[in-house]
Amino acid sequence: MRGALRYVGARFVTTALVVLGAMLLLFALTALVPGDPATALIGPQATPEYARRFIVEMGLDQPWWRRLFTFLSRLLVGDLGTDVLSGRPVIQVVGAVLPYTFALTGASIGLALLLGVPLGCYAATHRGSTADGLLAFSSVTLIAIPSFVIAIFLLLLFSIYLDWLPVLGGGEPGNWVDGGKRLILPTVALGVGWIGFVARLVRTSMLEVLGENHIRTSRAYGLPDRLVVYKYALRNACIPTLAVLGVGIGRLLGGAVLVEIVFARPGLGRLIYDAISTRNFAVLQGAVLVVVVAFVLTNLLVDLSYSVIDPRIRRQDPVR
Amino acid sequence: MTILSGSGRTARAVASRPGGALGLAVVAAILVAALASPIVATHDPDALDILHRFAGPSAEHWLGTDHLGRDLYSRLVFGARVAMEVALFAITAALVGGTLLGTLAASVSAGWERPILVLFDVISSFPSLVLALAAVAVFGPSTLLVMIVVAATLLPHFGRVARAQVLGVRNAPFIEAERLLGASETRIVLHHLLPNIAGPLIVLASIDLPVVITVEAGLSFIGLGVRPPLASWGTLIYDGYAYLSDSKLPVAVASAALGIATLGFTLFGEALRDAVDPRLDGGR
Repeated sequence: MRGALRYVGARFVTTALVVLGAMLLLFALTALVPGDPATALIGPQATPEYARRFIVEMGLDQPWWRRLFTFLSRLLVGDLGTDVLSGRPVIQVVGAVLPYTFALTGASIGLALLLGVPLGCYAATHRGSTADGLLAFSSVTLIAIPSFVIAIFLLLLFSIYLDWLPVLGGGEPGNWVDGGKRLILPTVALGVGWIGFVARLVRTSMLEVLGENHIRTSRAYGLPDRLVVYKYALRNACIPTLAVLGVGIGRLLGGAVLVEIVFARPGLGRLIYDAISTRNFAVLQGAVLVVVVAFVLTNLLVDLSYSVIDPRIRRQDPVR
Repeated sequence: MTILSGSGRTARAVASRPGGALGLAVVAAILVAALASPIVATHDPDALDILHRFAGPSAEHWLGTDHLGRDLYSRLVFGARVAMEVALFAITAALVGGTLLGTLAASVSAGWERPILVLFDVISSFPSLVLALAAVAVFGPSTLLVMIVVAATLLPHFGRVARAQVLGVRNAPFIEAERLLGASETRIVLHHLLPNIAGPLIVLASIDLPVVITVEAGLSFIGLGVRPPLASWGTLIYDGYAYLSDSKLPVAVASAALGIATLGFTLFGEALRDAVDPRLDGGR
């Protein structure tokens, strides 16, 4: 029990460190912006009076340590600052697009698990068959090709050439059918590589588990094959899959940025991209911080959940 | 150097696997294109020919032309050079830095181990593409920045593997023997540790290569990586995507080239891993 508590504690400390690191990095990045920050933020055409008022309002005349303190203490109460361009709080701007990105990444992971797990189980139980070989090759292919390349080909084929699905955008808010239709292609583009990835992981860990003694014993007792494979073996095979999925969320979010841009979908990726082109640093900071926090929290959740599935993990050194 | 002395044998082992042969062919083709771009290309990649913009494939332009009438095939060839330059720099930097830190964490006094491992954890906790975007926002897009960010995000991969390898070898009997004979720590690291941990690190480098290509192309695709007019695969897709309503060919050709390249390097990397150390792959 003490070991478990120490493990959870250590994970929380690492998570907090990462979030703090992200905050410091984001602060440093904006502090490092070459040139006069006011000109960078409001443009060179601003009148000197306005620029001066802006500098005082934004606290840019303060020394860096005081600005850092203000920055951090505001973040602690969830204040991400104000979007200079629209005048809205950054948290609202980010919050408005968050559902789109979560829908996309969530649907992609769902797709990957829904198809990847059964395919992996099938391949493991039919080791060496033609289907297994075919699956192995198509997995590598799907994993290797970047998701935005897949996105472009899906766009060319289904939206432009065949004209089956709407091309661009995220659909009107509230219109579920239209929104769902516009989610199909981006989900496939982002998730298809993960089907192969999950299938491979499940297959590998399944093969490992199927060779273990307790499985042989269950078989020897005459338990139905399906029960052995899908209940006992799959549960054990889930752990490595979960672990890798956790780490993979970061890649998935990165991929989502590009897929959102290909399909001109609103979302965090699009927001970050637009913030860069308009040099809207408050929004950029807020959006990047939200991505990092989402990523770190998912990892924490995954780590803790597989230590629930497999108690052995808790006893290991959390810093690997 | 265990892996280098057996490189002929390793190459044969890679080529004997169906995926490996395909990967090797693609990698070889890309390397030739990158090293001998001016010879392999049929046109100057930047030569404009406005009258023949969006031309289809022909004997003159094998893969057609883009929105400025530039020869797509030649631009793809020079794009291979950019991709290889970025990948080589980023991978080498990550390999050297990661090996140094990993060896340091495993072999020198224990005080270094924890901070280095925490550093690795922190770096790998950042979604790399998002980190790259934030860096680009501040410093402006540049090829060098792409290389640095990619190298930084790959550092923990190499560091962790190097540490694990050193921990495995450090107390092997032959190292003990060398120590008893009075060899210095430096000699042990240079002559025994590094050659023995080189294999898995080189395999890791080949596995990470398509990842680097993807990140560079991704950043360039949204106009935040390699700057036009330099022909990178990402900028070619970017250009093609912008003129999608005029012609579908440029974006299709450039995306296909990128897809084939990443697939080829992945197949090659996996075959290399299987050939060097079958244990690294879980029972396939």
